[in-house]
Amino acid sequence: MDKFTRLTGRACPINQTNLNTDQILPARYLKWTRAMGIGKVLFQDLRFDADGNERPEFPINKPAWRNARIVVGARNFGCGSSREAAVYALYDYGIRCVIAPSYGDIFSGNAIQNGLLTAIVTDEEAAEIMEALQRTPEMPITVDLEEQTILCGNRTYKFSIDPVRRMRLLKGWDDIALTENYRDRISAFKASDRKARPWAIPEAET
Amino acid sequence: MNQPQNIIDKLWAAHEILRREDGQSLLWVDRHYVHEGSFHAFGRLAERGVPVAEPSLTFGVADHYVPTRGSRRDIANPELARMVRQVEENTARHGVKLFGLDDPRQGIVHVVGPEQGLTLPGLLIVCGDSHTSTHGALGAYAFGIGASEVAHVLMTQTIWQKKPPRMRISVDGRASPGVAAKDIVLSIIAHIGADGATRHAIEFAGSAIRALSIEGRLTLCNMSIEAGARCGMVAPDQLTFGYLKGRPYAPEGAAFDRAVEEWSSLKTDADSEFDREVTLDANRIAPIVTWGTSPEDALPIDGSVPDPAREPDEARANYLRGALEYMGIAPGKRLIDIAVDRVFIGSCTNSRIEDLRAAAAVLSGRTSKVPGLVSAGSSLIKMQAEQEGLDRIFLDAGLEWGESGCSMCVGINGDLVAPGERCASTTNRNFRGRQGPGARTHLMSPAMVAAAAVAGHLADVRPMLAGRKV
Ligand code: SF4
Repeated sequence: MDKFTRLTGRACPINQTNLNTDQILPARYLKWTRAMGIGKVLFQDLRFDADGNERPEFPINKPAWRNARIVVGARNFGCGSSREAAVYALYDYGIRCVIAPSYGDIFSGNAIQNGLLTAIVTDEEAAEIMEALQRTPEMPITVDLEEQTILCGNRTYKFSIDPVRRMRLLKGWDDIALTENYRDRISAFKASDRKARPWAIPEAET
Repeated sequence: MNQPQNIIDKLWAAHEILRREDGQSLLWVDRHYVHEGSFHAFGRLAERGVPVAEPSLTFGVADHYVPTRGSRRDIANPELARMVRQVEENTARHGVKLFGLDDPRQGIVHVVGPEQGLTLPGLLIVCGDSHTSTHGALGAYAFGIGASEVAHVLMTQTIWQKKPPRMRISVDGRASPGVAAKDIVLSIIAHIGADGATRHAIEFAGSAIRALSIEGRLTLCNMSIEAGARCGMVAPDQLTFGYLKGRPYAPEGAAFDRAVEEWSSLKTDADSEFDREVTLDANRIAPIVTWGTSPEDALPIDGSVPDPAREPDEARANYLRGALEYMGIAPGKRLIDIAVDRVFIGSCTNSRIEDLRAAAAVLSGRTSKVPGLVSAGSSLIKMQAEQEGLDRIFLDAGLEWGESGCSMCVGINGDLVAPGERCASTTNRNFRGRQGPGARTHLMSPAMVAAAAVAGHLADVRPMLAGRKV
């Protein structure tokens, strides 16, 4: 996993509450592997109409935001389906950070696993950043994970993130490597648990 | 004296292998369910060349991509065939039991687990699917995870989690006839919002919850994710134990009795703490339908959709305009004036035998004004429904009786709602495009879907139940 420390880039505002992962990546692309270019179909049904024409009003289609590295969203960003491919789509499109007041629980967990930062600001701050971007679409934003700050024009915002997630992003930690360190503890737990809860083992097939 | 604990604390403690200083806990996983979508995770195992750590605790199903009509042996669509073959190969390679298309126990993962007695009280259950919360209905700690976590569980049978805040949602009183578990859970979501329980573990409690059948509790816990919760659960009771007794994978004989003894302690002690409490009155819950593009957009059937012009909050007004425009509904329109084009009865929310009976009770001797599909949650339920003659009722009403799978809930098997079409559906998500690009979904209970089918528009099922046995 790539580390995240600091990023400066264009930021695309998408002001939709409850923007669910079905919108980020429609279900029909779930059979795609990442190698097939899942980033190309990010927000597919929001970006294109039924005939495949671009919807010019959808923010990421606007010239200033086409190459955005950051998305600024509203409350409950990424709610719904657990599809990690929604994170792959964002990441492979080039997005490295989402800024929003709250996230779908599974989505933000998936994001961290893939080096995508989910920064939390208040509703008002998200609205302010989005407004600033509407006024000056080309303005780059700087997100600093060590300082937990967002620099947007002449304003600096503090953002929050779970400390463990912050650490993992800063170090680019891999869960599995971490768990390996506890192999003995796991075996010990398993052995005593089998005695304590024999009913937890499924009956073998007869 | 021991600190009083709630059921969430007890389940958590039973699975915590260790807790790091940073607050992350490593939890033991008792059951891991996989499906066609788990291919990303199996791919990671292949990359590392490692086996599944505990194949005997891992179970696979084919559900998301399986056809509901035509041959299931010889799937015509090559992409669907490939997805099904993939899960067959991945599970076979790792010695994981699969309920595949040639197995009479095949069905939707969240239906099969409880039905087979794989899901038990006191277990920690994960699956790469957000509706894993369903299994909490039997008193399990069950939650959906992403592909990286699926890979981690496959490799280690453990998962890292931070203990979530605990929330109790109590529904007391008595739901009136025609009001189902679906109406209760949609009312809860409408009340607290689609992010009202974000990150929380929920215990559903209260007399109206206790009064629900196991099927009803499964519907309830299924949709806890639609309020943003990590998991939802109902403390196990006699009803739970009765439901589980004799199920193929549940403990048997003396082992079952011993398990029941332990399961009986899985309840919230008096005076134990919750981080949040919400209460609802079941007497005030009416049959409810969604009108918009989030499950929180739910209203009693005698209501009208909102009018953005009367909404003082600008952001909210914008949301309402967008949702109504997508749904093709004029502001302020009465719900019962909304005509539907199609109905769907199925999905892990409402496709169990009781759901099919509830729909059939309304449809019996009546015809549907619109086409529709009924897909049982498992092949065993399909068989049982046929033994009870429910399939005849659906067919005589003019609906299609399909095979079991996720079907039109998400449409990736090809069962799609056409662009612009409006579907009354027993599923759990009315997201834009959920049932197909441009599809318009209204969520409701099976009986309410049946009522919409008979009326040709959204309708109150209660008058249609007069004089019928339900
Ligand atoms: S029925 Fe629908 S919600 Fe349930 S597992 Fe299948 S696709 Fe997901």
